[in-house]
Amino acid sequence: MDLAFMAETFVKLLEGVPLTLKLAFSSVALGAVFAMLLALMRMSGVGPLDWCARAYVFVFRGTPLLVQVFLIYYGLGQFRPTLQELGVWWFFREPYWCALTALTLNTAAYASEIIRGGLQAVPHGQVEAARACGMSRATLFRRIVFPIAVRQALPGYGNEVVLMVKATSLASIITMMEVTGIAHKLISQTFRAVEIFICAGAIYLILNFLVTRAIMALEWWLSPHLRGAPEPRARLEPAHV
Amino acid sequence: MSYFELMGFGPKGWGWPMLMAAGMTVAVASCGFLAGSVIGSLIAWAKLSRSIVARVFGDGYTTVLRGIPDLLVIYLFYFGGSALLSGIGQLFGGSGGFIGVPAFAVGALAIGVISAAYQAEVFRGAYTALARGELEAARSVGMHTMLMFRRIVAPQVLRYAIPGLGNVWQLALKESALISVTGLVELLRQSQIGSGSTYKPFYFYLTAALLYLVITTVSTWGFQRAEDYSMRGLRRA
Amino acid sequence: MAPSSQPAAVAIRDLHKRFGPLEVLKGVSLSAAEGEVISILGASGSGKSTMLRCINMLEVPDEGEVIIGGETIALARDRKGRMCPADRAQVDRIRSKVAMVFQSFNLWSHMTVIENVVEAPVHVQKRPKAEAVAEAEALLAKVGIADKRDHYPSHLSGGQQQRAAIARALAMHPQVMLFDEPTSALDPELVGEVLRVMRALAEEGRTMLVVTHEMGFARDVSSRVVFLHQGVVEEEGPPAQVFGAAKSERFRQFISSGR
Repeated sequence: MDLAFMAETFVKLLEGVPLTLKLAFSSVALGAVFAMLLALMRMSGVGPLDWCARAYVFVFRGTPLLVQVFLIYYGLGQFRPTLQELGVWWFFREPYWCALTALTLNTAAYASEIIRGGLQAVPHGQVEAARACGMSRATLFRRIVFPIAVRQALPGYGNEVVLMVKATSLASIITMMEVTGIAHKLISQTFRAVEIFICAGAIYLILNFLVTRAIMALEWWLSPHLRGAPEPRARLEPAHV
Repeated sequence: MSYFELMGFGPKGWGWPMLMAAGMTVAVASCGFLAGSVIGSLIAWAKLSRSIVARVFGDGYTTVLRGIPDLLVIYLFYFGGSALLSGIGQLFGGSGGFIGVPAFAVGALAIGVISAAYQAEVFRGAYTALARGELEAARSVGMHTMLMFRRIVAPQVLRYAIPGLGNVWQLALKESALISVTGLVELLRQSQIGSGSTYKPFYFYLTAALLYLVITTVSTWGFQRAEDYSMRGLRRA
Repeated sequence: MAPSSQPAAVAIRDLHKRFGPLEVLKGVSLSAAEGEVISILGASGSGKSTMLRCINMLEVPDEGEVIIGGETIALARDRKGRMCPADRAQVDRIRSKVAMVFQSFNLWSHMTVIENVVEAPVHVQKRPKAEAVAEAEALLAKVGIADKRDHYPSHLSGGQQQRAAIARALAMHPQVMLFDEPTSALDPELVGEVLRVMRALAEEGRTMLVVTHEMGFARDVSSRVVFLHQGVVEEEGPPAQVFGAAKSERFRQFISSGR
């Protein structure tokens, strides 16, 4: 194996990492907000809201991400005059914004189910206990339900983030030069698929390893109650509430 | 031309080509999924093996293939495969030019290799869910390993694996859209061709999305039926 | 008991078994003649289940011999120096003569009751299916669950599951039956139905080794009682003798503690 070539390739591919990360983190962050909204709609008990959220999740989970990307990037081009009139054409003309939109809408659908699972897993007794001490609905959600749900949902969400890092590779098909885009260009120039694949694969594995580690650290930090009893203190201080 | 005329089955309609392409999507995804079942059960076996080498290999396989983008794997098979074929061609006195590999085979193989990583996890999980005591009971009546595998292990692993396999099948189906980059005329590639010649991309991708929804919905229903049938021995008379 | 020229149905000689640093069996010997019912008592951790599991090689002893119907199970050492059966085929053959009933029933959950009973006769012993089914139906009637023939195990009560497991064991035409705490996982009101079936089997003259906590069964049904303590046989004899005048202080404590 040609080590000099691989080192050179690796450096070239690294140039795509910022774009990969930018797409992944922006879409996950935006998608999380949207997902929270969808989850609340599903659990609102209001028929039309629930139904809309259901339909949304069904459509975005039931079709390939690449189709969603094409529908936004190429498909909306069919309505170019209208979009220009509305003054939003600059947005849908840019592959970056289209890729980001598709990734965000897609992850929101998957993540809303993860969040909903977390919310449903909050033990009923703990909610009742909070009601019994007179918490308002908002306080109950903020102090009890949300923190518990986040902890429950975190492992699933970690998987989703890894999937999104991988999914950013589809942006390369609409000309974005992130890691896979650069890899594709290099392969078509040199036809050395194996070496380039190894380098690009290694970069994704490292990124995903770091993401997984970060989520595990977050999980540990959020779950003091699962860490095992601390050393007993000499005296229990009265809590300041 | 209206949407329904464009997607109809008339002389200028794209209905038939789109339906044929949907059939190709199902075909390539199914072949890939089946190849993945074979490879996946071997990987699961390696992961459960007592040999450390096999375990490390199995864990490595699932970690790597679940950690890198599917598109990269498809590029590897497509370009790597043709490099390999060209090399072989040169050996036999060919010109050494670029030899295209059959897109269907590459696609099915790529889907198979990727979905094997997910199926291996499903099979391993299902095996772990098997009650140890039932295996002991099988050994205590004198079943040898193969018979125990065939009569007790395999049916139960399959049963516990059905929901997970349903998810992996949906993944394979959606992955198959990526095979369009190799030029295989499946649903997405056919939509690209149609948009190119009619300048109506939205209609074509919308139709593709609808057809994917139909396929995923039907398969969800199918797996649910299979699960209900296989779970008839568990809970509720 | 009359000394017989016939070999014992089951005999174990000087059995040792270690799990890591823990020596669970420290040289246990025992033999059961044809038709004997032996109750094996002991506190948890005394090694009684391990001993039973050594008899059909679910655990392989580190030292000692297991002899079934006069045939010694051949043992060898593998590459890492652990004991293992020398001849898998022999173990499979012997296992099909020694049936086991487990504490947790271990019925195959993907098969109905009748399929569970028919499975080993057809697929291990290669008997004709029709014959096996007819016999299985008779066995289910015998243990009192003929009406549950086509139910799956998860639809049965614990007592019914254990009776199905006994029918499954009987279908093998075993020369010896091993019971590993067959009633310990059952609710108290279900224990009786299983013990009744076991008592009927004892009265038929079957050879049975029963690890149990049921003192009543040990006293009234068994022909001999063995008390294990920390991996050795501490007390042994006919029930009348051991329950009446045990030599071992530990055994007297054990039975007075109510277990």
